[in-house]
Order: sequence, then structure tokens, then C-alpha cells
Amino acid sequence: MLELKKICFRAEDEGVEKTILDDISFTIPNGKLVAITGPNGGGKSTTARIIAGIEKPSSGQVLLDGVDITGLSITERAQAGIGYAFQHPVRFKGIKVRDLITLAAGKEIGHSDACEYLSAVGLCARDYVTREVNSSLSGGELKRIEIATVLAKASKLSLFDEPEAGIDLWSFQNLIEVFQRMRDNIEDSSIIIISHQERILNIADEIIVMANGKLQRMGSKEEILPSLLAEDAVRTTCRGIA
Amino acid sequence: MNKKIELDAIQKRLLIEVAELHSIPEGAFNIRANGASAARSSTANIEIIPKPEGNGIDIHIAPNTKNESVHIPVVLTQTGLKEVVYNDFYVGENADVTIVAGCGIDNCGPQDSQHDGIHRFYVGKNASVRYVEKHYGSGDGSGKRILNPGTEVYMEAGSAMEMEMVQIKGVDDTDRSTIAELDAGAKLVVRERLMTHGEQNAISKYTVNLNGEGSSADIVSRSVARDSSFQKFDAKIIGNAPCSGHTECDSIIMDAGRILAVPGLEANNVDAALVHEAAIGKIAGDQLTKLMTLGLTELEAEEQIINGFLA
Ligand SMILES: Nc1ncnc2c1ncn2[C@@H]1O[C@H](COP(=O)(O)OP(=O)(O)OP(=O)(O)O)[C@@H](O)[C@H]1O
Ligand SMILES: [Mg+2]
Repeated sequence: MLELKKICFRAEDEGVEKTILDDISFTIPNGKLVAITGPNGGGKSTTARIIAGIEKPSSGQVLLDGVDITGLSITERAQAGIGYAFQHPVRFKGIKVRDLITLAAGKEIGHSDACEYLSAVGLCARDYVTREVNSSLSGGELKRIEIATVLAKASKLSLFDEPEAGIDLWSFQNLIEVFQRMRDNIEDSSIIIISHQERILNIADEIIVMANGKLQRMGSKEEILPSLLAEDAVRTTCRGIA
Repeated sequence: MNKKIELDAIQKRLLIEVAELHSIPEGAFNIRANGASAARSSTANIEIIPKPEGNGIDIHIAPNTKNESVHIPVVLTQTGLKEVVYNDFYVGENADVTIVAGCGIDNCGPQDSQHDGIHRFYVGKNASVRYVEKHYGSGDGSGKRILNPGTEVYMEAGSAMEMEMVQIKGVDDTDRSTIAELDAGAKLVVRERLMTHGEQNAISKYTVNLNGEGSSADIVSRSVARDSSFQKFDAKIIGNAPCSGHTECDSIIMDAGRILAVPGLEANNVDAALVHEAAIGKIAGDQLTKLMTLGLTELEAEEQIINGFLA
């Protein structure tokens, strides 16, 4: 279970202090898949970065299973059970896909296990396991590898930031199934997916809508999704509409 | 002609480091230990002849020799020993061979130990050579471990040479010079991996002349300078014919490490296409962040990034 309590985040932008997150509070209960959506620049990724410990909130608290983890480093949070698939995955010269999956798993894993995670995200494992995670990978390939590392990590809270971005139409259904399978086996853990896609929102238990750094609405999928679709706010890029 | 001197445990360990030799290699070899040949063997196609002065060997590889290897590792464990060794390789036409060189120095004493290996390669028409050279230093003596390799490569038409040069640990001072002359269609590929730490100094200088039409050179150096070590990468390609040349220096600096990259391109023909790339910087912050989100500490993340980078 993850709780955010009154999270504020302010940052300097060209000398002007800007409120990026304004009093964000929510709870992600165990056993739930929660989607966060909202217009570009609304503060979704910043929220994710604060959960993972990459940014420190200006005020407020982050709790994992009731324990305050606000003061913990990125490493400590990862070890405490937070997994985070970046919106923009990082490339590494010389580090192989298999190395990255092994590091994520936190232990030596067999060749077949590494391949399983890759197959789960629709990559032909044989072709990828020894590839370098460098600029030779396409955007979509890199994105899938990023997702595979978070699958391998097995976290209490797994966070995926726009996992569908750059994934082709044919693989999209496959990706949805990956999350559904994860959803069915989470028990005492939970999943957050940041997404703009209706088909992903559709598999969520709950949906959070963020815009302009504020939490606009939160509720069950049944409650939120129809109104979102009516407003067509999911795909809008214009600030302040949702 | 096969003579043998017993190697001690340290010498054996050095051989594993520089040539991955766990036992006497297959094919032709010459193992030099503390200034003398410890073991030597020729094959039907590869003949190793010691120079009369005792300061090196000539290696004759017969034309059309295929899939054979030559190992010529050097180990030094005697503090204060300084040697200059000349090894000349004559690679016959159409041969396709792997040459594994490399030098390991263990210096536990107060005096500097130094090995300057001068390697000359005469690569015949359409021959293909893979050359692997590893340098390694160990021992906690106050004497330095110094390696100054000089490499000269003369490539005839249509020949190919791939050089992999690695120096990751323990060598205090290196001044490396590599020169190459390429005839038509010859192809030179160099992959250099270097890590320096402590107070170490490493200089690597290349002068490559692309003399023949269609010749090409691709020189890529990846390096890491830690602590207060210093590296200089000085790569010059001269295009004297329609040719293509590429040099790349890709470096990570840490702590108070310093790196100087000196690109040099000289085009003396309108169809010479020459490119230089250089990037020096600290480890990218988002790389560290990513590995930390997988549960690694910052130090562990650094180590993974560097190991990968130099792999
Ligand atoms: N450290 C920072 N300094 C200044 N501005 C920042 C900083 N971090 C985020 N921002 C700004 O905060 C806003 C929210 O960014 P964030 O990346 O969280 O949006 P998002 O909801 O993930 O958008 P998208 O859907 O495009 O991914 C943006 O306007 C961004 O430019
Ligand atoms: Mg975002």
C-alpha cells in the first residue's frame, strides 16, 4: 500500500519559483491497479519521481505499507519495494539487456528466466538478451526492455510511466495482457500505470486525474472513465482542460 | 626446438590476466619471462625465430595459413628490470590468423620495472589479422610498472587488421605509439580500452596514413580516468587517397581525473572522408538514477556502468 500525504513540489524555472505539485494526497491499496491520467505537463511524471525518490518533495510525506519513506534515498526505496519504469528509459553503452534484467532481479537468474521477461513484453528473447542497451535499440524496443526490468524486479509497488508510448499497435494487446496478468497476481502489492490510453485506463481498478499539478479527481474506473471520455480530456494537450 | 623454464605462481597468474592462458597454448607461442624466453614453439606454418641479439623474435606466418594463432605474452616479476623488445611479424598473403600479445608486470620492489615492446607487422596482400594485446600491472612495491608499446603496421592491398588493446589495471605509466600505413583496400580497425587510476599517466598516439584507394581506418578508444590520473588520446588520420577514416574518443572522467583528446585529421585528397568524434564527461546522472531504482547503491551503479563501458 502506498500513500501520498499532502505532497507539494516547487522548483525554480528561469529564476521564477513554480508550483509543480500542489497538495497531492492519495492511497493506492494493495491488490489494486491504479491509472493516473491527465494532460501533458500535469505533474504525473513528477509524482512518479517523488514516489521513487528521484525528487524530494518540498513538503508532504510518502508512506509504503504505513512506513514513512520520505527521507529514504532512491536505492533504499528500491530495496524497500518500489519499482519504476521510466517514461524516457536510459541507454547504457556496453551494458547488455541480460545484465540489466539480472541487476533488476537482484540475483543471478538463468538464461531462460531472462528470456521469459523479454517474451512477456513481446520481444524475441533470443535476439535481444545479448544486445547492448545502447542507441542501437529503437525507442519501442528500449521501452519494452524497461518494462521487462520492472517485471523482473518484483516490487510491492510497480510504477509504469506511459508504458504504451512507442509500442506498436500489434503489440499493444500483448502489453495489456502483461498488465492484466500482473494485476491478477499482485496480492499484497500494487501497480500504478501513468497513461493516456483508454485501453489501459480500462483495465484499471481506479483512476486518478491530474492537471496543473493538482489532483482533479480520483475514483473507480466505472465512475471516472465515462466522464473522461465524454470530455475527451484524455488526449487533449491543452493545459487546464481536464 | 622447444625449451622450457618453470614459471612461478605469480608469473602464471600474470599469464592468465594478459593472455587468458591457463596452460601452454595451442599453436605457435613464445613466452617471455624476466627478460628471457621461457618456452617457445613453432608450427608447420608459423615459425618463431629469436633475434640473434636476444632482444626479440621474428614471426613468419606462411601464406594461406588459416585459423591459426600465435601467443607471445611477456611477464615481468623482477623489480628494476627494464627491457626493450622487438617483435617482427611477417604475415603471408591470404593468411588469416589471431595474434595474442600482452604484458603483465608484477613489481613488489622499490625500483621501476619497464617493458617496451616494439611490434612491427608486415601484413601481406589479402591477409587478415586479429591482434589482441592486454596490459596488466600488480604488486605493491614503490617501483613503477611502466609499459611503452610501439606498434607499426604496414598493410598491403586488401589486407585487414583488427587490433584490440586493453589496459585496465595497475600500469603506472604508458606511452603508446601506433603508426600504420595502408595500401589500396586495406582495412584497419582499432578498439582501445583504457582505465587509469591513482596517479597514473597514459598517452596513446596514433598516426595512420591511408595511402591506397579504398583503404579505411576506424579507431575507437573508450577510457575511464579516475582519481587524479591523466590520459592523452592523440589520433591522427591522414587521407592521401580516396579513403575513409574515423576516430572516436569516448571517455568518462571521475574524481580529479583528466583527459586530453587531440583530434587530427588531414585530407590530402578530395575523396578522403575523415571523421573525428570525441566525448568526455562524467557518468550520466540518469544512468546512475536508473540503476539506483533497481536497488544498487551509487557506488555499485558506478561500477556497473564502468564495467559495461569498458567491456
Ligand atoms: N525540476 C523541474 N524544474 C522546473 N520545472 C519542472 C521540473 N520538473 C517538472 N517541471 C515542470 O512541471 C510540469 C509537470 O511535468 P511532468 O513531467 O510531471 O508532467 P506529466 O504529467 O508527466 O506530462 P506528460 O504527460 O507530458 O508526460 C511540466 O510543466 C514540467 O516542465
Ligand atoms: Mg510524464
